[in-house]
Amino acid sequence: MTSDDPRPPPRRSFFAALGPNELKGLFWQVLVVGIALAVIVFLWSNTVANLSARRITTGFAFLGREAGMPIADSLLAYSPGDSYLWAFVVGVANTLRVAVIGIVIATILGTLIGISRLSANWLLSRLAAVYVEVLRDIPLLLQLLFWYVLMQGLPAARAAWRPVDGVFLSNRGLILPAIPIGVPQLWVLGTAGLGFIAFLAIRRWLVAQQMRDGTPRPAWPLALGLIVMLPAAVSLLLGVSWTIEWPQLRGFNFVGGLTLAPEYFALLIALVTYTSAFIAEIVRSGIQSVPRGQWDAASALGLRRSFMLRQIILPQALRVIVPPMTSQYLNLTKNSSLAVAIGYQDVVSVANTTLNQTGQAIEAISLIMAVFLTISLGISLFMNWYNARIALAER
Amino acid sequence: MTAIIDMPDLPRTARRPQISNPVLRWLRTNLFSSIPNGILTIVLLAVLAKGVISFVQWGIANAVWLTPANDSSACKAVRGLGACWAIIPEKYRFVLFGTYPFDEQWRPALAVALFIMLFYLSTRRALWRRELAFLWIGALVLISVLMWGGVFGLSFVSQDRWGGLPVTLILATSGLAFGFPLGVLVALGRRSKLPAIRSLSVLYVELIRGVPLVSLLFMASVMFPLFMPSGFNIDKLLRAQIAIILFAGAYLAEVIRGGLQAVPRGQYEAADALGLSYWRKHRLVVLPQAIRHVIPPLVNTFIAFFKDTSLVLIIGIFDLLTTAKTAIIDPAWQQFSVEVYIFVAAIYFVFCFAMSRYSRGLEATSGR
Repeated sequence: MTSDDPRPPPRRSFFAALGPNELKGLFWQVLVVGIALAVIVFLWSNTVANLSARRITTGFAFLGREAGMPIADSLLAYSPGDSYLWAFVVGVANTLRVAVIGIVIATILGTLIGISRLSANWLLSRLAAVYVEVLRDIPLLLQLLFWYVLMQGLPAARAAWRPVDGVFLSNRGLILPAIPIGVPQLWVLGTAGLGFIAFLAIRRWLVAQQMRDGTPRPAWPLALGLIVMLPAAVSLLLGVSWTIEWPQLRGFNFVGGLTLAPEYFALLIALVTYTSAFIAEIVRSGIQSVPRGQWDAASALGLRRSFMLRQIILPQALRVIVPPMTSQYLNLTKNSSLAVAIGYQDVVSVANTTLNQTGQAIEAISLIMAVFLTISLGISLFMNWYNARIALAER
Repeated sequence: MTAIIDMPDLPRTARRPQISNPVLRWLRTNLFSSIPNGILTIVLLAVLAKGVISFVQWGIANAVWLTPANDSSACKAVRGLGACWAIIPEKYRFVLFGTYPFDEQWRPALAVALFIMLFYLSTRRALWRRELAFLWIGALVLISVLMWGGVFGLSFVSQDRWGGLPVTLILATSGLAFGFPLGVLVALGRRSKLPAIRSLSVLYVELIRGVPLVSLLFMASVMFPLFMPSGFNIDKLLRAQIAIILFAGAYLAEVIRGGLQAVPRGQYEAADALGLSYWRKHRLVVLPQAIRHVIPPLVNTFIAFFKDTSLVLIIGIFDLLTTAKTAIIDPAWQQFSVEVYIFVAAIYFVFCFAMSRYSRGLEATSGR
């Protein structure tokens, strides 16, 4: 462009005038990071000033002090004389206890309901649809309070309901017959676990063999031997007793058996029913995503229904099912923190009590965050591994 | 589990003798297509009948519908046998509007009506244009005037007297109204080529989504005063609202990011070729397409945090669920919490069900 060019230079915005794209990018980044840093410094300096004004010392030293809070229902041994650190560990164990069992039951229930929604039986599919619709559209916390009120409305221990012999439902919770698990029983269960791992490894090899020569090699005798017979032999050899302990009513409470406290039971029911409604929808859409041609092709090959479902339909449906399922598992775990509303002492509840007792707000909340981020990361890693395993092998 | 899956077009249905009566034919194909199916139908009918009968006995036949004011003796007489619906006419004003001055409760009622109208208008496809934003701003201003008052001869009502359904609607709607622009910015940030901005956005989204809302609310109620200069404090409701906006922003950002990914590359390139700046490219070309793609999941996200606003119960804010829980503290009515919970559940259900039907309708039409 020469100086005697009559046209005026094109109008450019301020940011465009700043120069090449890199410079512009740098400008934005510096601006945003600067604002973020300024906000953080502002909040941090306020916090430090406030804490010193309130004479609260920061740091995790308080974890060693005596907690003095009661935890009624816990998996691990705990007494109010234990430290805050141990109270936290007990809280984490309680969170995991409800989350892990909840995930397993919700997956089973949700799958059954999702399949029921696709049933040829009109009544069954309608009922499943109503279940999903009602549970999804009511807040979980409301459902939790509802279940908890129902639990509290149950008769006292002396007049407990007995749906089945040995099972009691009362305002003390659900009491089930149980087998006491000690060290000898753990040995047997450990053997069964090892047997299962060995079975998986051998089956893998068998499948590889079948891929090579086409001869099917049934794996079930191996499963029977490794998972059932071997532990049974160990059990006989060690003379482990497997007597069932039946709960008995003594005075105003039950002795023996396994007790699910009303808080735990209500939380478990609420989490399982709520999450299963979402899982049902995921399973339904997963199965529906398998093209009709796959069903037709499989039946044209004359495959048995169970084989067809297991080998053709399910592997394809799982690819659609697994990613959203992961987020449901994460939701269930995070939702277990609603326990604080009914007094089940999970990690959030313990942290909240700690916070009220010690005033260590930042530490307590960062512990909650650390615990949940770790659990979330664990579930995500596991599900990503599983997802990669079942993903379509592109050729 | 295998027998009950509906497989399309079973050849054996064609071999069956045709039944001429349409009712019988329907029954045959849908309820009694095979022997196991028939047994299943009968078992389900038996269970259903038992459930319906005991519910009718409890909820209708033995129920107490009305009692003299503040007298629960009739209810206590049928306790365990029949429902006490009389608690609803007794307590509904408190459940719906909390401790809002009794004579002024037409104002929150009108606010709720405005909210419902706003939702309804926002669902009309013909109104999806820029003017809708002005409608939202206008409606929200009008609602604030109604709730707070202090002008036009309305008496001032401080927000710690607000309660019930309007609070739930305010928390959810403002969560959407402020969380949405935040979500758009964060979604753009997450797809930005600038590393610092991208990592800040990722950090924000993952941190918020990784922890339960309960802990964010605790943070808002306990840590917020620590964060602010001493002497400066804001109302508890507003603090919870900020937590919900931050929460909603992270989830909405992920949904919008999905929409941005669905916009074809050619659209970006075409916008670049026209010489549009970054912001104009997104405002005029990319975002309108991206958001249209994700309206059904956006509605679903809104349903999710509409339900999640009930968590403010844990930090003691008077939303619909908290007023319900407070209403049954009254010793005379303490034993009838199930009835109140059913009433509140019905309100939540109506809102969420309407929205989820709408979102499903959208999904069905957008596929065409």
